[in-house]
Amino acid sequence: MTAQAITTNDLHCQFGEVHAVDGITFEVQTGTLFGFLGPNGAGKTTTIRLLLGLLEPSGGSAQVLGYDTRTQSDEIRLNCGALLEQTGLYERLSAEENLDLFGRIWHIPAQQRVQRVKELLEKMGLYERRKETVNTWSRGMKQKLAVVRTLMHDPKLVFLDEPTDGLDPLAAAGLREDLVDLARQHGVTVFLTTHNLAEAEKICDQVGVINKGKLLTVGSPDELRLQKSTYSITVVGRGFTEALLTELRAMPDVESAELQDRHLAVHFKQETDSGPLVQFLAGKGVMIDEVRKGKASLEEAFLALLEEQA
Amino acid sequence: MIQDMAILISKEWKEVVFRRGGGRQSWVSMLILLALLGVYLPYMSGSEWLQDPIALFAWAWVPLFMTIGLVVDAFAGERERHTLETLLATRLSDTSILLGKIFSSVLYAWSISVICALMGAVTVNILFSTGSFQFYSPGMFFGGLFAVLLVAILISTIGVFVSLKSATVRQAYQKLNLSIMAIWLIPFILLQAFPDKVQNFFIKISPMLDANLTLIIAGFFGILVAADIIVLLLAKKRFQRARLILE
Repeated sequence: MTAQAITTNDLHCQFGEVHAVDGITFEVQTGTLFGFLGPNGAGKTTTIRLLLGLLEPSGGSAQVLGYDTRTQSDEIRLNCGALLEQTGLYERLSAEENLDLFGRIWHIPAQQRVQRVKELLEKMGLYERRKETVNTWSRGMKQKLAVVRTLMHDPKLVFLDEPTDGLDPLAAAGLREDLVDLARQHGVTVFLTTHNLAEAEKICDQVGVINKGKLLTVGSPDELRLQKSTYSITVVGRGFTEALLTELRAMPDVESAELQDRHLAVHFKQETDSGPLVQFLAGKGVMIDEVRKGKASLEEAFLALLEEQA
Repeated sequence: MIQDMAILISKEWKEVVFRRGGGRQSWVSMLILLALLGVYLPYMSGSEWLQDPIALFAWAWVPLFMTIGLVVDAFAGERERHTLETLLATRLSDTSILLGKIFSSVLYAWSISVICALMGAVTVNILFSTGSFQFYSPGMFFGGLFAVLLVAILISTIGVFVSLKSATVRQAYQKLNLSIMAIWLIPFILLQAFPDKVQNFFIKISPMLDANLTLIIAGFFGILVAADIIVLLLAKKRFQRARLILE
């Protein structure tokens, strides 16, 4: 297997005047979790469709598991699992029948299929209800079933479009653990799109941010945070004045300073120690109750990137 | 490819034929058809049912009744229920998906035709017993089943073609009904549109055609085979994953 599970080179997809994917270039290493982040309509689903060979690119190229998406899409689909925008479950069939169907599509022998269905349904806590038709199930249960369906044939790479959408917090946490386990223990590459940035921050080795078809950045969540973060210190206390705020804002290291109720948030241009600030505030007569130091979250970095592009 | 087609056929039968409307709807329509063509009509015709070629026309209606519900659902139903993209993202080839969809309804209709034909023979033998076993002539039996197969392929492929181009099952159903109506009516309309001289020519040669029934049947089969090939090729051309996903 190649070191890169996915490689794209100036990939384009255009529908009339709309550039759904506009020259994106990135790599996803084998056995890693890659999070593809972006607002609605950013081009995430189109990218998955291009990588699965379901759509032909209007420019550039992409290789998935070493196969070219234009000429070897059958091989790509043979070796990949995909959960797309919809669960894609046959709701008149039972959970067991749904998984069995996909096992048959991938030519898994009958005995192995039965074991695999049992194993996957048990893992998701759905085995007891395997005989029920899926249309009687809740959205979260359907989503769990759709996720395990993608794993039925032990794919080398799975594409998951919003996999935790509709899951309760417990099930979502369980699924996140399973995805990490899939990549770490079994070497499966996971390409997932999500709106849940906290989720991406927790589990992804690499993230890519896409907006209006353009890839804004690729890197680890930490790199992304560092790239766009402003170092902040929040002080909770009493005795803040407008004059004090003006004085703070005039300091060369300070990016901004805002006061809300008893919370003073000071953003610095670079990483800084809280000591000098606390000393300064105490010297001005501020009664300090609490000091919190923190970096920007992935969400803040993501929003900063989008804002920058706009 | 045959294995993949078989997987899709069994899925279609399970999902669309036997589970639609809780499953009852399909069974009821199937039983009505079997009772009509396998029992009632043979009972009304007596022993002639096994000799009269008119029975062939009765069989020929089977595909029409049985396939419509299944073929309109082929792609429009998958699209409506949001399962189409998942199906297209599997390892199944374009040809397996297309032929699997077409032959799921062809085999369904054809199996019902065979059962109707056999039930008709049983009904005649029970109710109009002559002391010896009565059955269709080999030409009529096999020719009939072959004709039904060709008609089933034609209607199923047209249905799947219509379903490929429809956003919903209802739209596909309306389009297919119009298409079938056009197929039945166009020859009559064309015949009426011919000048009197041409119509008189047909009337003059009709006794000659009666004498060459084999030729007419062979011509009929030839036309059906050609029509089947044309619609299959059209459906194959229309089946494009990218187009199906974006529509």
